[in-house]
Order: sequence, then structure tokens, then C-alpha cells
Amino acid sequence: MTQTEQITFSQKSMEEMDRIILQYPPDKKKSALLPVLHIVQQENGNWLSTEVMDKIAKILDIKPIEVYEVASFYSMYNLEPVGKIVIEVCHTGPCMICGAEKIIAHIENKLNIKVGETTEDKMFTLKTVECLGACGYAPMFQIGEQYYENLTIEQVDNILDSLRKEKEAIN
Amino acid sequence: MGRKILLEHIDKPGIDQIESYIKYGGYRSVSKALKEMTPDEVTEEVKKSGLRGRGGAGFATGLKWSFLDKSTDKPRYLLCNADESEPGTFKDRLLMEKIPHLLIEGMITSSYALGCNTSYIYIRGEYMFILRILQKAIAEAYAKGFLGKNILGSGFNLDLYVHPGAGAYICGEETALIESLEGKRGNPRIKPPFPAVSGLWNCPTIVNNVESIAAVVSIVNEGGDEYAKTGIGKSTGTKLISASGNINKPGVYEIEMGVPVEEFIYSDEYCGGIKNGLELKACVPGGSSVPILPKHHLLYESNGNPRLMSYESLSEGGFATGSMLGSGGFIVYDEKQCIVRNTWNFARFYHHESCGQCSPCREGTGWMERVLHNIEYGHGKMEDIDLLWDIQRKIEGNTICPLGDAAAWPVAAAIRHFRHEFEYHVKYRNRVFDEDHVYQPEMKAQLV
Repeated sequence: MTQTEQITFSQKSMEEMDRIILQYPPDKKKSALLPVLHIVQQENGNWLSTEVMDKIAKILDIKPIEVYEVASFYSMYNLEPVGKIVIEVCHTGPCMICGAEKIIAHIENKLNIKVGETTEDKMFTLKTVECLGACGYAPMFQIGEQYYENLTIEQVDNILDSLRKEKEAIN
Repeated sequence: MGRKILLEHIDKPGIDQIESYIKYGGYRSVSKALKEMTPDEVTEEVKKSGLRGRGGAGFATGLKWSFLDKSTDKPRYLLCNADESEPGTFKDRLLMEKIPHLLIEGMITSSYALGCNTSYIYIRGEYMFILRILQKAIAEAYAKGFLGKNILGSGFNLDLYVHPGAGAYICGEETALIESLEGKRGNPRIKPPFPAVSGLWNCPTIVNNVESIAAVVSIVNEGGDEYAKTGIGKSTGTKLISASGNINKPGVYEIEMGVPVEEFIYSDEYCGGIKNGLELKACVPGGSSVPILPKHHLLYESNGNPRLMSYESLSEGGFATGSMLGSGGFIVYDEKQCIVRNTWNFARFYHHESCGQCSPCREGTGWMERVLHNIEYGHGKMEDIDLLWDIQRKIEGNTICPLGDAAAWPVAAAIRHFRHEFEYHVKYRNRVFDEDHVYQPEMKAQLV
């Protein structure tokens, strides 16, 4: 586990993790696993490497396998690198009958990738996800923590173009 | 206009902040319960109210509470199920986003009744933006002395935390939720023991839906008998219905139990009728797991009486002609929607969400998805329809948790009521659909 030595998290993340661990009894630190993985995933470019997961195992006094089995079970954890902007389009029933498939096809064409792929410039990853609890405001997608609802093709273009500009300005 | 119990103040300015929430009568149930009532008296009011679990199963909340094992000196836990993931359901989200303090108030009053000093709200990970709203509201409640040590001088202590999931429908099942809160995969547990005896960290635990806990506030304020005056029969109180699909006014509506289904769909107070002037074809009235109903079964009970929005009326006729109120996820389909495609979509959902523990569910959901995909895309055989029926029958009742049933019922109901559409798909391949896979009744008519 020498690689875990090289993994460090920001002061802010460490403090946030300490605060979360205190929400559970002292001998139940493992309960903090899901919220802690969210924090480190965000800090680590939106995915979880083996080294990051090993480091979390050490912090929570659990075995690495206990982290891997959780990280691979829940759909929100990415076990491979993804683009800077991950577009998660809901394609479950109510969204489907309100036009989700057209939105997905449009994004595939616009970005020249298929669902599950990342653009060559590593800017966008397109994913389809199951019901996000926005059925009445369909079609919709989630990017980061934000929901974008009642989407039209025009709005999709505007949202993706402006997010791309934002990210490019940061670089 | 029906009576509003949960959403009465939703449009009041600043209602997400504690000052405004208190101004409109918020946190009264906490002082009433903690200062004037014993924990058992609170539970008694909940029993009297007839409140039934709003997550989908409809089990009596007061009765569930009475199962909590108080004979041990282990800590007891109240967990709020805010994992809202049933397709068609987005009601708890509205409550938590707009009136977070209603849930927090309900958690305090309910925790007092159950004797819990630490409680958790388990919220689905995708609702991270709502988690932040709740955390802000919880901080306000601590600052005002509604949470923490010696609340309102009563001697009652409570710490309340929000715990995010990470994308797994199964964690809405209460024992999977507990596993997830323990930092594990969301694999449901074999029952018994039930959580009320051995739940979180093997301690006595109650898991209640967001809407159920929010309803406790009014039950304590007005009394259980008063709450029970609203509604019809054993469906007391109000219910949040999240309406989606091909309707003019999708959204969340608080209805008095007993509103006719026809009124709910066509009245401007609620769904406002079918979009684009089309006809109503079918409806899934209680979230994706409950049986889909064609128009006539949806609007009328088997005896010809109008069907009502209540637990009893929606399930009247059993699965032969009825369905379930479920979570209140009300999905409406217009005449152009394809039942086969919708059934395939739901089968894919359950395949994706099966935790994989039980073979009938792990294998059966994937099998149904593949068979339905074949039929939908024009590669189906007539015997596939009977095969589907056989698979779903062998999943139902043969799994640890109800996900198996939830996966089986939509397939069974679609075949039961819309077998002709499956047969059309097999017979005419996918030619009854246009390039967007939109069902074309006129094309179908030509093919008959």
C-alpha cells in the first residue's frame, strides 16, 4: 500500500470527513463510507482510483475490499476517469415518454460520442441514468449537483455551450 | 379546493427559513409533545389518525411504531427514508426542498415518541442539493434549541443528521437502507428479525417515509381524530401525488384521499387533462411497480362505481382490474404511447437496480428485459409473451425483498391488459411505430 502515502486530500475535505465521522458512534466509522466517498470523488476529478479507495480504507479503519465493494455497487461512484462535465440524462419511463430519447440523440450528435463515452478533449462524458425524481419536469439531466429540467433541444445547446466556456475559462 | 395539511404554507415567503416557518405555526408540535404529552400519548395519536406509510406499502404507521422493542437498553433509532427513487415519484423532494423544517419538526416529535436520541435522514445521493438545504435548516433548528441537548427544557436530547446514498433504488427498501447507512452494499436483509427489533447496528429501529413523518406534525397539533376526519375509509388524511407523463399540468398535488381519479386527471385543479388534446390510454397510478391500468379500469371500479384516489379504491378488483395507490407516483399515458416500449423500459430499470442477492430477481429481471427488447425491436416470437408471463410469475414472491414483486407486476399487468399490443409487435414487427418509436394507432388500424 505504498501508493496510499502519496494520496493527500485538501484541508477542507479532511475537515469535512472528520465532521461526518462524528455523526456515527465511535466504533461505527464505516458508516461514514458513502458520504466520504462523495467528498473524495469530487476532489479527485470525479472518479475513484484504487489508491484513493485504499486511502479511505485507512482513514475509516476498514479493509480496502470493503471500500471496493461499496464503490462498485452504487451508480454514482465512477471507477474510471470521466470528463470534466458529466451529463446524466434520465431515461426511465416518465422521462422517456416526454422526450428523453430525443435529448440523448441530440447530445450524442452534438458531442459526437455515444452514451457511456467521453469526448476526445475530456470535456464531456454522457451517461444515461435511471429515475432521478424529476418525472414531472421531464425531460431532464443532472450535471454535478444541479438538475436541469423541462429541457428543450435549444436549452441543451445553451447549457452545454456555456458550461464548456466556464470550464475553458478556468483552465 | 381540498384541505391542505402538508403543503398549506408552501407558497409563503421564506418558508424554508426557520423564522418564517415559526411565524406560520411551525414547531408547535415539538413544544406540545415535549411539554404536554408522554411519548406513548404521541404514539397513541398517530394510531388514532389511521396514518398509513406514505412510501408505498401503506402499512399503519402507529402500529409500526408500537412494534419498536423498548425492552432493551440499546439505543433506538428513527431513520427517515428520503431515498425517493420509485419511477414516477418526486413528492418528498418538494417537501424537503420547499419546507425542510416540516420534516425536521416531524423527526423531532417522532423521535420523542419513539425514545430516539439520534436520528438520521437517509437521502438519495442524487438529491445532494436537497441535503444541503436540510443541513442548513437543521443548523437553524439547533440554533433555536429544537435540536441538541435538553430541547425546550424538557430533558429530551436529539441529534439529527442527513446521510446521503449514492445511486441505488434498492436502498429505499428499509433493510437495504439500514445496510447502506452502515456503509455497506444495499443488500436487503432476511426478515425476521424486523428492524423494530434489530435494525441499525442491531438496535431497535423505525424507518418511515418523509411524507409520513411530515404528517405527524399535524396529527400531534390537531389530534389523531381530527386528522382521521379527512379522507375516506381506511385512507385517512391527505396524500401527495406526483403526476407525470402526458398531462397538461405535471407536478405535485396534495389531495384529500377519495378524490375521483377522473377528476384528478381532467380537473384544472390537478392534472388539467391529457396533453395535445389526445385521449387517455393508460395510467400507472402509484409508481412504476404497481400494475398499469387501461382507461376504463382506471376510471371505474369493477362494480361500475367511479374509482377514487385511495388505498382501497385503487386496489379494488385485485390485480385483475385494479392496481395500488403505492407511493403516489401517477404516470399518465396518452393514446400514442407504446405499452411494450414502456414495459421494456421498466424491466430495464429493475434489472439495473436488482441488488443481485436472489437468483429469481437477478436472473429474471435481465431475462425479462432481453425478451421485451426483442419484442419491442421486432425480433419477438408469439411464445415469448407466455415466456414473459412465466418468468414474472416465478420471480414474484420468491425473493428476500419486494423488488422482485415490483419487477414482476408491471410486466404481468401489461400482458394482462395489453396483450394485443405485444401480439401486434410480434406479428407486424415494429411497423406500428414511427421513427421515434411513437405508437401510431392509425397504422395499427391499417394492419388489422
